[in-house]
Amino acid sequence: MNFFLTIVLDGLIQASWLFIVALGLTLVFGVLKILNIAHGSFYALGAYIAATAVTMVAAHGLPPSVGFVAMLVSVALIASAVGLLLERGLLKMFYGRDEVVLLLVTYAVFLILEDATKLIWGVNPIYATQPYELFGNVAFAGLYYVGYDLVLIPTSAAIGFLVWFGLNRTVTGKIVLAVIHNEEMSVSMGVRVNRVYALAFAFGVLLAALAGALTAPKISMQPGLSSDVIILSFAIVVIGGLGSVEGAAVGAVLVGLARAASVHLMPQAELFMIYLIMAAVLMFRPEGLFKRETARRI
Amino acid sequence: MKQGLHPVVMIALVVAATLFGRVLPTWTLSLATVAASNALIALGIVVLARTGNVSFGQGLFYAAGGYGVALIANAWGITDAAAQMIIGAVCSGLLGFVVGPLIARYSGIFFGMLTLALSMVFYGALVKTSALGGSDGFNVGRPSLFGMVFTDPREADFMLYAVSVVTTGLAGIAATILFRSELGLASLAVRENNLRVEYLGISANRVITINFVVAAIFAGASGAFALMAQRHIDPQFAYWTTSGEFVFVAVLAGYQSVAAVFVASLALELVRSFSNLYLPNTWQLVLGVFLLGVILFLPRGIGSLWVRERRKRIEPETAAPVAAEKGVVL
Amino acid sequence: MTAVLSVRGLDKRFGAVVAADALSLDITAGHKVSLIGANGAGKTTFVNMVTGYLKPDSGSIALDGVDIAKLSPRNVARLGISRSFQIPQLFIELTAAENLAVAISGAGKQTLSFHSPAEAHGRHVKAVELLARFGLADQADRPISELAGGVRKLVDIAMALVRRPKLLLLDEPTSGVSAEEKFATMDRVIHAVAPDAATIVFVEHDMEIVNRYADRVVAFYQGRILADGDPHVVLKDPDVRRYVTGSAR
Repeated sequence: MNFFLTIVLDGLIQASWLFIVALGLTLVFGVLKILNIAHGSFYALGAYIAATAVTMVAAHGLPPSVGFVAMLVSVALIASAVGLLLERGLLKMFYGRDEVVLLLVTYAVFLILEDATKLIWGVNPIYATQPYELFGNVAFAGLYYVGYDLVLIPTSAAIGFLVWFGLNRTVTGKIVLAVIHNEEMSVSMGVRVNRVYALAFAFGVLLAALAGALTAPKISMQPGLSSDVIILSFAIVVIGGLGSVEGAAVGAVLVGLARAASVHLMPQAELFMIYLIMAAVLMFRPEGLFKRETARRI
Repeated sequence: MKQGLHPVVMIALVVAATLFGRVLPTWTLSLATVAASNALIALGIVVLARTGNVSFGQGLFYAAGGYGVALIANAWGITDAAAQMIIGAVCSGLLGFVVGPLIARYSGIFFGMLTLALSMVFYGALVKTSALGGSDGFNVGRPSLFGMVFTDPREADFMLYAVSVVTTGLAGIAATILFRSELGLASLAVRENNLRVEYLGISANRVITINFVVAAIFAGASGAFALMAQRHIDPQFAYWTTSGEFVFVAVLAGYQSVAAVFVASLALELVRSFSNLYLPNTWQLVLGVFLLGVILFLPRGIGSLWVRERRKRIEPETAAPVAAEKGVVL
Repeated sequence: MTAVLSVRGLDKRFGAVVAADALSLDITAGHKVSLIGANGAGKTTFVNMVTGYLKPDSGSIALDGVDIAKLSPRNVARLGISRSFQIPQLFIELTAAENLAVAISGAGKQTLSFHSPAEAHGRHVKAVELLARFGLADQADRPISELAGGVRKLVDIAMALVRRPKLLLLDEPTSGVSAEEKFATMDRVIHAVAPDAATIVFVEHDMEIVNRYADRVVAFYQGRILADGDPHVVLKDPDVRRYVTGSAR
């Protein structure tokens, strides 16, 4: 029973940050119909910026809680700005062309950001563990869990709820949903789709960076982070259904649990299990577990 | 398709390119070898893309070829470069023969995602297989050719250059012949309208599978060359960024001509070498900017590999089941 | 006379929409049968089921006695049924001749060849000859993307004729073809299949065409057959006039 609980908890902790990243990716896909290959790069950017913020705050002798807040705020601001700039400054130039073109553009951005992070932060691993101790350790079911990890779960759930609420209960959100479901129709209803694009993309980037910031205290920041994260979040989004918020949640939980289970039960499967699930979903239910309702077009 | 060169002319070009290697400085030789090897696998992607399906997971066959050769070569003591290339091609070809029919019925974006997923499954399995060295991989010895052992590094490099250029050249000729053939035209037809192809009595899945196996064979041979050049194999061969680079070359080349693939591959290697030389840690940045430039200023050849989703694929009023299987709506 | 196509008890529903309701029909060899009916009456669904694109919920379809209901379009084509489409289904980037060359490939031996440019030339010659029968020889080397709708329609029909099918299904062969051309088009089609004494079933909305070319008219309504028989009789049937031709008073 304890064993089972361990797997579930580990899985949920994993799923927490996976969900936030995947959510950003799936939203950007749903609204702009872009698969943002650079999405993982923004995760990495968020992690690196967070690390810098935490280190700077610590250098000034301030407590880790300040560092924690500082990292979140700085990441939020910088990521949103970068996302907005990228969308308005670069991506916009390629709208209306073949969808594949945008894919290549995001791939180019991925390449550029890979080296940009290397140039700014170097190639050696960076750590920023101070915030990790913020919530102490918690004894649960005979094991010790780092409080920070457990806090991630409700944090992630809260973000998910906020996004869901924002989409389904606010006017802006419903407009975004309208663009997701039928852009042509939205345009003819007078929706300023350009604004929705900018908003969605910036928000997607923000989510990725936020996830990076939240996990920064737990990991080491080094080159290769972005390529690992993008392929993982892509797998989740495919499993859950491209463009589906619920799908991102279910996919993240599924992947988190699968990973945790593999680690404890069959370590050799840990890495490939997720992609096996992805392949299985693609073969038997290609639209994903939660396919978006696509209304029939006349 | 454009009327291209006569096969004899192409063979002459291959011979010329091979002999040209004699006068090239060593660093250019290795660069050209890598370029030829990458061109080979990118060519396979182009071949398959003519059916409207782009493989984002050629790393699967690249790694399968590399590991296959490494294991067999070590087990049976085969060092001959030509033999190793053939082993790589056969290993991956067989794998392609198994995988192809399974995924041929998924089209467009689903096909692409499946190939990606499968390559990552292989990657994940390789990393965790300590018998194969895990994420470190393992080393292999120097290749020989027709019984000759090459101790002089310059000679060894030229040998590898020659084998890879000849192989890639022959593959290019084979591809050109394929493009002009009945199967080649049917491949384009599958990309344009796979429904009509079926109605004409042709199996679209079979056409796709054949192209897929060709792409797998090319990828396997390429993997063998990479192994021989680096004398090392590791799971990175199957990683998505590796597959992505090959797609990059294919995209740069477009699908106008086989020669463009070699040019694109060479350009990529030159960019990589020069930026590594002058500005370390920037070759990806330069590549990214280069790609953006190409997208902006050379729109032809970009994206024409893929079936254009905008095109109205009119199904009769009653679209449902077949349409979903063929991945029409996204 | 022998029935080349025998349909029994065909049912097909899409949710609440009844596209076929216990349809039973026999098509006699060598006849020219016109299927008429309003949009959504089930004509195209019928064609789709006969050609294997859709599987009926229940019922049987027999071609010369062989049950084909479960076969795929590819296998149905190989057994001798060809069809043309309401909206031309062509290979847009290829030339007209290349489109037909693909059809010719499909009609040939099972495996497509990997090389042999000589045969490619032979196919091209045959393709141009087929196009010439529709007066399109001069368009042979132009890509479909450059051709007008009416011309595309003809290419689409020409492709269906390549196999010299025993049963030819034409889905609105004259829609999109100009008024002056439509009779010429039908004449050419009839003439092209005459040597094989093929059976033609054509879905049509144009009653002039129906009157002129059909030996028999089958009127569809909500997945059922409303009337079936001689054109003159069927077209005067009050139900047909109400639900199909719309000329009821």
